[in-house]
Amino acid sequence: MIRAHDDRRVLHTPFHSRVEAACEINEWEDWKGYTTPVAYTDVELEYFAIRNSCGVFDLTPMTKYRITGPDAGSYLDRLLTRNIAKLAIGQVMYACWCNDAGQVLDDGTLFRLDDNVYRICSQERHLDWLLWSAMGFNVQIEDETEAVAALAFQGPTSCAVLKRMGFAGVENLKPYRFDSFAFSQGEILISRTGFTGDLGYELWVTPEVAESLWDQLMAAGRDYGIRPFGGTALGIARIEAGFIQAGVDFVPAQDAVRTGRSRSPYELGLGWLVHLKKSNFNGRKALIEEKANGSRHNLARLLVEGNKPANNSFIFDRKDNLLGTVTSATWSPTTKSNLAFASLDSPWGRPGDELYAEIYYIRELKWTRVIERCHVVEGAFFDPKRRHATPAWDF
Amino acid sequence: MKRYDAIVIGAGHNGLTNAAYLAKAGLDVLVVERNPYIGGATVSRELYKGWLYSNCSYVCSLLRPEIARDLELPRHGLQVVPYGGGVTFMQNGDYFGNYADHERQHREIARHSQRDANAYDRFQADVTKQTRLIRPFLMRTPPDPTSFKPRDIKELLYLAKAFTDLGEETLADTLRFWTMSIGDFLDEYFETDVLKAHLAGSGIIGTALGVYSPGTAYVLLHHYMGDVDGNIGAWGFARGGMGAVAEALAKALQAYGGEIRVDAEVDQIIVAHGKVKGVALVGGDELHADIVVSNLDPKRTFTRIMAASDLPADVVTKAKNFKIRGSSGKVNIALDGLPTFHGLDRASELMISDMHIIDSMERMERAYDDWKNGTWSQDPYVDMLIPTQVDPTMAPPGKHMMSIFVQYVPPTLATGDWTDADRDAFGKTVIDQISKYSPDFKDLILDAEIRTPRELEDEVGLTEGNIFQGELTFDQLLFNRPFPGYAQYRGPVRGMYLCGSGTHPGGGVMAAPGANAAREIFRDLRRPNLVPEAYADD
Ligand SMILES: Cc1cc2nc3c(=O)[nH]c(=O)nc-3n(C[C@H](O)[C@H](O)[C@H](O)COP(=O)(O)OP(=O)(O)OC[C@H]3O[C@@H](n4cnc5c(N)ncnc54)[C@H](O)[C@@H]3O)c2cc1C
Repeated sequence: MIRAHDDRRVLHTPFHSRVEAACEINEWEDWKGYTTPVAYTDVELEYFAIRNSCGVFDLTPMTKYRITGPDAGSYLDRLLTRNIAKLAIGQVMYACWCNDAGQVLDDGTLFRLDDNVYRICSQERHLDWLLWSAMGFNVQIEDETEAVAALAFQGPTSCAVLKRMGFAGVENLKPYRFDSFAFSQGEILISRTGFTGDLGYELWVTPEVAESLWDQLMAAGRDYGIRPFGGTALGIARIEAGFIQAGVDFVPAQDAVRTGRSRSPYELGLGWLVHLKKSNFNGRKALIEEKANGSRHNLARLLVEGNKPANNSFIFDRKDNLLGTVTSATWSPTTKSNLAFASLDSPWGRPGDELYAEIYYIRELKWTRVIERCHVVEGAFFDPKRRHATPAWDF
Repeated sequence: MKRYDAIVIGAGHNGLTNAAYLAKAGLDVLVVERNPYIGGATVSRELYKGWLYSNCSYVCSLLRPEIARDLELPRHGLQVVPYGGGVTFMQNGDYFGNYADHERQHREIARHSQRDANAYDRFQADVTKQTRLIRPFLMRTPPDPTSFKPRDIKELLYLAKAFTDLGEETLADTLRFWTMSIGDFLDEYFETDVLKAHLAGSGIIGTALGVYSPGTAYVLLHHYMGDVDGNIGAWGFARGGMGAVAEALAKALQAYGGEIRVDAEVDQIIVAHGKVKGVALVGGDELHADIVVSNLDPKRTFTRIMAASDLPADVVTKAKNFKIRGSSGKVNIALDGLPTFHGLDRASELMISDMHIIDSMERMERAYDDWKNGTWSQDPYVDMLIPTQVDPTMAPPGKHMMSIFVQYVPPTLATGDWTDADRDAFGKTVIDQISKYSPDFKDLILDAEIRTPRELEDEVGLTEGNIFQGELTFDQLLFNRPFPGYAQYRGPVRGMYLCGSGTHPGGGVMAAPGANAAREIFRDLRRPNLVPEAYADD
């Protein structure tokens, strides 16, 4: 059987008919071969839906692998740097994985769907590496990106809307937990996860019911300030939440062609995901060495003085020595401050370090350069109580 | 009798580049070319009224952008239009489309294997690491590893640093990569036969080796190390065919005051007292200069237009043993319209890409077996393109020109030398092969130029018809090209230089050998160097 060719430049997600109708300003980008909106109407309104009411984001192009088989658990333990032994059915875990040199290939979430059934969601594709690492394990690995349609549904009123849709008990889901609910003659999987650092959920269905999910969600959310949001609004929220992004804040090791451009988990602030005590996992040997000898870089979260976003800025010390560069930056409308992530040479990036950002900004075609002091922050810039409270709040 | 400062033998693109730099420096330069037209293997000719053929080379990527810009080739009429991707037609009626766009490429490979679709990224990153290593050396003279001259030591250190900068693991990969076969290399990434066959083509083009012969992985790199507008590995069409490259170089040369004389075949380089004196043309004319630069391949230079008695014995022996086996043929066709290929939509952008036939590694290897047995491949590998879909200057509107590169074609046949009948039979094999995948192809043919290694040698002057002026294997690369001790463009006789594809960094329409040789000449003349350095880290 010859599968049909698909010569289209970009694909449509199962939500496309609805996304297209809602995308008034027609700004699209190619995300892993799917056309997805950069913004729908107005970035500010979309952003405040995430932080003030609720917003919907089409997550379908996110890479998803289903991992099954008697050795699924031990295989994932070998693949990921984190200890997954305690991951219960119905639980989600944030994790990262490395190559043999201890360099990060990607970060993502691991769902334990059943005894020997898991799902990994990530930004990049990894089938080659996943299969490579599976040698000697009795597991099946399947790319289910196309088979699963997904929406991120984020914001303070998100739980109230889901309740209104009839998902009884959804408010009792703890962060990083999921459950199945009846939906449209089938099932919907709802996880209390997201990339915004707010109260929020991710909704996972089969592509056939995608449009109906969108419609029902929009109808139920009408009185709760619901609004679809695009990549730009999400980009602001994820920086506030302190989440790094593959391809933006680090070069996935499999794509790095220049020596020294990849990063280890320690160099990305992901050291807490590395459990060296585990007997064996990809990159362990190199990470033990790094732990002993020190890392080359640090990813610092910076509060930048002033109000000019420090995009692409160089970071200097007091004596003008170059220490690194900013990887992500934004003005934060919620914390009313100026935020950045920067990749710095070790040992820079410690709280209290005296750092300066060189920022360029334009006003009526005139470029100006300012030097702003930066303060290292540990943890998220914004971490509201409602994100953690169970039962979830109504707003 | 007029004396020149320098005479360049051959108006191939490297000879023209070399001459252009010498003229730019104020030297009185003459290029003598045996054919009535210039360009060598970089040529466009109207052999059928209204149609221009790119008779030999047909696509452009390797041409060093530093040189194109420095010699103002765009101002002299050169325009390179990029195209992307490729397609391999399969025997089962399917095809494999290698889209230039990453996501579409992923989707198409995934149709054959999800794993391979992802492994392609690993392949791409690994090949890019190797191209990044080699690219800075294209515009440099290789060091002599046996010399203790400060310059050679400095250059060796530079080379050593580039290698150690790779890190231990990549260094090991590099050593393997330079010596392994393209088949073994691809086996480390992919499981899909058609994908491997599609990519393996770049490892054997112009090379008398099979896909499982050691050394062919490097040949792939040779096809990936160029760029169009900074897109590394991308290829383009020269508007007006590849002859446009030579024409622009000739205009640059003339703008600097250089001269070109066509229909002027050199019979001998004149040597006296260990120094060159000039050249003697067939027909008896003598032209004098203290610098004589040969654009001919090393074998031809040292065994045909120089007397063995003027040369050290080792050079004559090395030249005789130089590996320059012909393995390719070319068919150029004037078409009455755009042909259809099975399964492929005419509007598909894959129509404007490298179209291949041969969908398995087994068939690739068998094609090579025929070469060894002294016949052209009965099931030949072809790389065909129809540039007239993009270029309005090469055929009348609605009509097309098709360029077909064919691998493998031996320099001599088991039955003896090529005859006209053999050549026509070879052409028929190629046309029949394509017709299996394009039902209307034959009916659209208005004219065909069929070139076997015999024509490439007789008409272009490439010994045995080897398209690269010498094979691109590790024993003939870098400081071993063309042979140890002579890799710095200087010949064994004072004032004599080599500037063709037979010197570092090798074949292809690159212009780097010609420019590098000019830099060495400037050094010997103690003149300021005019040859630009390579763009850094791109
Ligand atoms: C069929 C074919 C397809 C190719 N396809 C590509 C391609 O698509 N892309 C690419 O980048 N490269 C391609 N190549 C390779 C590339 O064309 C050559 O490596 C390159 O053009 C060689 O240039 P050159 O200046 O070094 O030498 P040549 O082009 O060989 O020039 C040598 C010149 O010397 C002249 N000459 C010979 N003997 C004498 C004499 N006694 N007196 C005076 N003049 C003499 C010849 O006539 C010729 O003009 C192809 C080559 C061939 C043959």
